[in-house]
Amino acid sequence: MSVEQVLQYIFAGITVGSIYAFVAIGYNIIYNATGIINFAQGEFVMLGGMIAYTFSGLMPLLPAVVLAVLITSAVGSVIESVFIRRMRKTSVLGMIVVTIGISILLREAALYIWDEQIRALRFFTGSEISSVNIFGARISPQVLWILGITTIIVAGLFLFFKFTLTGQAMRACSENLRAAKLCGIRTDSMVNLSFMLSAGIGALGGCVVSPLTQTHYAMGTDLAIKGFIVAILGGLGNAIAAVAAGLLLGLIESFSISILPMAYKDVISIIILLIILVVKPSGIFGSRQASSMKDY
Amino acid sequence: MKKFLAALLVISVVLLTVSTSCKQKEEGTVKIGAIFAVTGGASFLGAPEARTVEMVVDEINAAGGINGKQIELIIKDSAANPEKAISFTKQLIEEDKVVAIIGPSTSGETMQIKDLCESYKVPLVAAAAAEAIVDPVAGYVFKTPQKDSYVAKWIFKTMQSMGIKRIGVVAANSGFGNAGKGQLEKYAPDFGIEILIAETYDRAATDLTALLTKLKAQNIDAVVNWSIVPAQSIVPKNMKQLGMDIPLFQSHGFGNIKYVEAAGEAAEGIIFPAGRLLIAEKLPDEHPQKENLMAYKSAYESKFGEDVSTFGGHAYDAIMLIVEAIKKADSLERTDIRDALESISGFPGTGGIFTFSPSDHNGLGMDSLEMLTVKNGQFDFLKGE
Repeated sequence: MSVEQVLQYIFAGITVGSIYAFVAIGYNIIYNATGIINFAQGEFVMLGGMIAYTFSGLMPLLPAVVLAVLITSAVGSVIESVFIRRMRKTSVLGMIVVTIGISILLREAALYIWDEQIRALRFFTGSEISSVNIFGARISPQVLWILGITTIIVAGLFLFFKFTLTGQAMRACSENLRAAKLCGIRTDSMVNLSFMLSAGIGALGGCVVSPLTQTHYAMGTDLAIKGFIVAILGGLGNAIAAVAAGLLLGLIESFSISILPMAYKDVISIIILLIILVVKPSGIFGSRQASSMKDY
Repeated sequence: MKKFLAALLVISVVLLTVSTSCKQKEEGTVKIGAIFAVTGGASFLGAPEARTVEMVVDEINAAGGINGKQIELIIKDSAANPEKAISFTKQLIEEDKVVAIIGPSTSGETMQIKDLCESYKVPLVAAAAAEAIVDPVAGYVFKTPQKDSYVAKWIFKTMQSMGIKRIGVVAANSGFGNAGKGQLEKYAPDFGIEILIAETYDRAATDLTALLTKLKAQNIDAVVNWSIVPAQSIVPKNMKQLGMDIPLFQSHGFGNIKYVEAAGEAAEGIIFPAGRLLIAEKLPDEHPQKENLMAYKSAYESKFGEDVSTFGGHAYDAIMLIVEAIKKADSLERTDIRDALESISGFPGTGGIFTFSPSDHNGLGMDSLEMLTVKNGQFDFLKGE
């Protein structure tokens, strides 16, 4: 394999991996605050792309994306206050089932509001046919956007959770909800914020990937599964590890295609997931002690 | 209170069922069943198909029905799920007692219910593409989309005239994709074309640059992609991004202008065979299909405010053929309708001129397809190459 080809596979892997990472980050934020795996995460990505596409016909791209992110965040907030908050007493498993229900609800609503057609947001820079040459490998300028925005989100989240009072309060909620409440943290608003944040990030992801991957009302399910694998792979609860795991899975898939027929791609990712779950149940980057404290 | 509510629920459900089943027992209607993937992954096929059939049936009923009887259309949404298609088929046949079934939308579903319709002796006119639906011929199973093998042969014929010798094939891992890949591999040697690499990918794939990198490393003159959405728009985009300037051929599944829009500038120059519905305006007025095509196209587009696709056209042909057969048979016996279907000859549809025979349940010839390309974001004839 020539250097250009290796680079080309690396870029392909990173592109796919970043898409997985966007979904996995969302899982982690909500998991951190509530202990729930929100299976409607893929639908947030879909909503972001769909809403941005609709608005992009009326206004420039930037306000359309901003509006899509805001509206999807609002949807996340509504979901939390209507469904999740009222079901506090339900077991974690019950809550997960609720999120699956919500994902179906959002999917059907999208089918009703839009239709079954695929849509693609226009490229942020360049067009469908432009490509950037990096050491002989060629990638779409949109890939650079995806990478840039992933980096900004990861850095932003890191700073937010580490240094802001709100971020620390959200982490406190994940450590122990009751203790956090006793310390005077308004846990309800923290949980609500976590839904808004993960919906917003999902929507932003949906906007940046839409020019390449296109948006379709039923795209959420596949994304949710891949994102879930990545979240587990990285160790649940760690958004930054999720990005690393996403890129890793993307690269593995991409290089597996270079050697094996592509039909085996998903088999390989599932085998890797199983091996990791057996060898290191807390995920590649997860700590064993921390995971023993969790519900599952 | 809870018990009371539960009892109330049960009673209302029972009443509802009774009232609806009473309605179904209306005498003197022609019951036609339809199974389409209105929702789910193949909804871009099923939704226009269902809309088309509803529109056609409304028109026929408004004009007095078939032989003085109104058509009662029962549409089931299979969501492209073969298991659902099987149970809906049984339901349509045993409970609703339909005289014929149109659909399903996808080849995978159709293959699952092929034997079922045969054993119940219910005429099925499928809107799915795979050749295996009518080869080997089953007495009661017909289909309206053009055969895969014609598509493969058209692609190879065009390649020959363009001097293309070595190609790469990518196909979606679906009933449609696998069948198409099989046809391409079967006919390539006949045209002196060598397939250097053939790969399948997940039908929901969102990025195929890694796969295309693998193709790029081979010394190929052209790529053939055989799939349905979304990959049909992703492959052209990814090829351009990788700087692959070789021609891209796609299957007849590309027959919807929406895919061209989704692929944007990357769609320019894609070559694919399709029925004439997509270029109805550009046909000469004396073409035998023109009148029919324009009638369907303008009715559909004015009613639903969206562009027609060849898929809706396949359903249009399916319902029109059944109606024609019932008129011809002047009977509501399933076997009579089947016999009438098989004897239809020279019937102009959107897919071509249908002439069925005991050995041909597709009824279309090679000339039902036209090689098209994308020029300035529009479908156009592929000429002079």
